[in-house]
Amino acid sequence: MTVVNLKDISTRFGTHEVHRGLSLVVEKGERLALVGGSGCGKSVLLSEIALLRQPDAGDIQLFGLSLQSLNQSGMARLRKQIGMMFQQGALFSSLTVLENIILPLREHQRLPESQLQELAMLKLKLTGLPDIAAWKYPQELSGGMLKRAAVARALALDPALLLLDEPTAGLDPAGASDFDDMLLELHATLDLTLILVTHDLDSLWRVTSHVAFLGEKKVLAKQPMSELSENVHPEIQHYFSNTRARRAAIELES
Amino acid sequence: MALSHKTERPMLVRTDQGYCLTGHWTTDHIQALQRVTLPRLESGAIDWHSQIQSLDTNGAVFLLKLIKDNHSVWPKGLLTAHERLLNYVSQYSISVPAKAPELNMLADIGYRATQSLAHGRELLEFFGRLSALLFSLLLNPRQLKIKMLLDVVQRDGLHAVPIIALLAFLLGAVIAYQGGLQLATYGANIFIVELVSLTMLRELAPLICAIIVAGRSGSSYAAQLATMQMNQEVLALRSLGQDPFAWLILPKLLGLMLVMPLLTLLSMFAGIAGGMVVASLQLGLSPLEFLQRFGTEVAVIHVWVGLIKAPVFALLIVNVGCMQGLLAKGGAEAVGHSTTRSVVQGIFLVIIADALFSVLFAQLGW
Repeated sequence: MTVVNLKDISTRFGTHEVHRGLSLVVEKGERLALVGGSGCGKSVLLSEIALLRQPDAGDIQLFGLSLQSLNQSGMARLRKQIGMMFQQGALFSSLTVLENIILPLREHQRLPESQLQELAMLKLKLTGLPDIAAWKYPQELSGGMLKRAAVARALALDPALLLLDEPTAGLDPAGASDFDDMLLELHATLDLTLILVTHDLDSLWRVTSHVAFLGEKKVLAKQPMSELSENVHPEIQHYFSNTRARRAAIELES
Repeated sequence: MALSHKTERPMLVRTDQGYCLTGHWTTDHIQALQRVTLPRLESGAIDWHSQIQSLDTNGAVFLLKLIKDNHSVWPKGLLTAHERLLNYVSQYSISVPAKAPELNMLADIGYRATQSLAHGRELLEFFGRLSALLFSLLLNPRQLKIKMLLDVVQRDGLHAVPIIALLAFLLGAVIAYQGGLQLATYGANIFIVELVSLTMLRELAPLICAIIVAGRSGSSYAAQLATMQMNQEVLALRSLGQDPFAWLILPKLLGLMLVMPLLTLLSMFAGIAGGMVVASLQLGLSPLEFLQRFGTEVAVIHVWVGLIKAPVFALLIVNVGCMQGLLAKGGAEAVGHSTTRSVVQGIFLVIIADALFSVLFAQLGW
C-alpha cells in the first residue's frame, strides 16, 4: 500500500525554485531517507509531507487520499496519522516531558489524567528514556534525551507515518547509533513507515531500506543504499565519493 | 489503513463460542476502549478469543489491562503482529514516577529569600565591575567606542524625545488640573505655579523620564545582551581578546548618562508647559503671569535637584538591563524573561533611589 505519493511537486521561495516536477512514492513499511546537498529542499519536502507547507504546484497523496479532496476535518484526521520530529525537538519548553507527550492525547480525547499519564509513560519507555525524565523540563535534558522525547511526543497518537528531521544530528557516535537502534526497533514492532532527512552516513547504511537522492530540483534516484552508492550519476557520485562516505561503507562491510 | 473508516468500535461481546474481542483497538477509539470491561464472573478467568482488526500501542495498553484483570489469560487467536506488539509493550512495566514534592510554604519563602539575596549580590558585583570599568576608562580613554556611544545617544536619546515630551506635558496638565480644582476653592489660583513647578522639577520629570527609558532602553539592552549571550557572541568577543564590557556596556552606560539629564530637562519644560496651558484655560492665569511668578518664586536649586537624579537613574537602568541580559541562561524563553525582569527591577530601583534622594535632600535642606 502506498503511504506517500508525490506527483509533480513544485516549490518556490520567491524566485528561487527548490523543486520542479518532483515525484516520489513511499510504500507502507519503508524506511526512507531523503538525502542531497545543502539547500536542495529536503526539509522543505519533509514539511510538505507533514502537511505543514503547501507546494506551489503538484499533488500530494497520503494514505491514498489526495489532499485536494480533503476538507478541514479530513486534514485534521490525516495529521493525526503523521508524527513529526523536528530538528531541535521543538518540545514545549513550559511543559515537562510527560506533559508534552500528553498534550496531543488530551487534545483529541477525553480521558482521566492517570490514564493519560500511563499512555504517555509507555511512549517514554518505548523511546528508551529513563523514568526520571518524565517530570523534567526540556531545558534540563541532554541532546540525545531531547531527541528521544521528541520522538515520544510524535508517537503519542500512534501515527502510521513518522517523519524525522535530522534525528542524529548533534549526537555523539554512540548516541547516534543507539538512536538508530531505537528507530529500527520501533519500526519493527509498531507498523511504522519512516521518512527521515539525514546527513549521517552510518544511519543511511543501517536504518534505511531506501534512500531518495534529491538533486536538480527533483528525486534523482530512489534505491537501497548499496545500489545508490554505486549510482553513476555525477551528483550522487560526488556526494558519496568523499572519504567519509567510503569509510562508513567499509566499516559496514567489515 | 489509516483513514479507511475504522468505524467498528472495540468491544468485548458474548458469542456462542464464548467471549470475543472485536473492532479496532486504536487511538481513534480511546474513549470506547476505556469503557470495555470484563463481565462480572465469580469463577476465575473467562475464555475469550480475539477478532481484533487493528491494534496500536495505546490500544495495547488497554488490552493488557484487561488481560491482567482476566488472571493473565491471553485471548486466543491473536494475529502474530498483535501478539508481537503486546509482548513488546508488556515488557515495559508502566508506572508513573512521582513528581518531585513541592516545597511547603515556609521552605518556599526561604528559598525565594535566598534567591533574592543571591540576586542582589550579583547586582552589587556587577555594579562594582561597572565602577571599576569607569575608573579604567579614565586611565585609558581610548577603549571607548565613540561610534557606538553616538548610536546610543541617537536611539535612546533623540528617538525618545517625542514620547517623553508628550507624556511629561500630559503629566503637568493633569497635576495642574487636579491641583487647580482645590486651589480655586480657596481663591489661591496663583499658587498653581509653585505646585506644578516644584512637583515637575523635583520629582516627576526625572521619574517619568526614568520610567520610560527603563521600558524603552533598559528592556532592549537586556534583550540584546541576552540574545548575544545565547549565541555565544559574548564568549566570541572574549576569545578575540576584546573586553565585552568595553564593547557592549560602556557605550550604553556613558551614552545614557549623557542623554538622561537632557531628557529630564526636556520633560521639565514640557511638564511646566502643560501646567501653564491648563492654568490659563481653567484658572484664568495668563502664561505671562505664570512665567513671571515662575521666575520670582521658583529657585534654581529645584532644577538641580531634579537633574542630579538623572545620571543616577541612568546608571541603575543600564546596570540592571545589562546584568539581566548577561546573566540570561537557557533558550529563547530566557530572553523574554530577562527583558521582563530588567524593566521591573529597573523601575523598582529607580523609585527606591528616588525615595533615598528625598531623604537626602530633606537632610540637606534643599
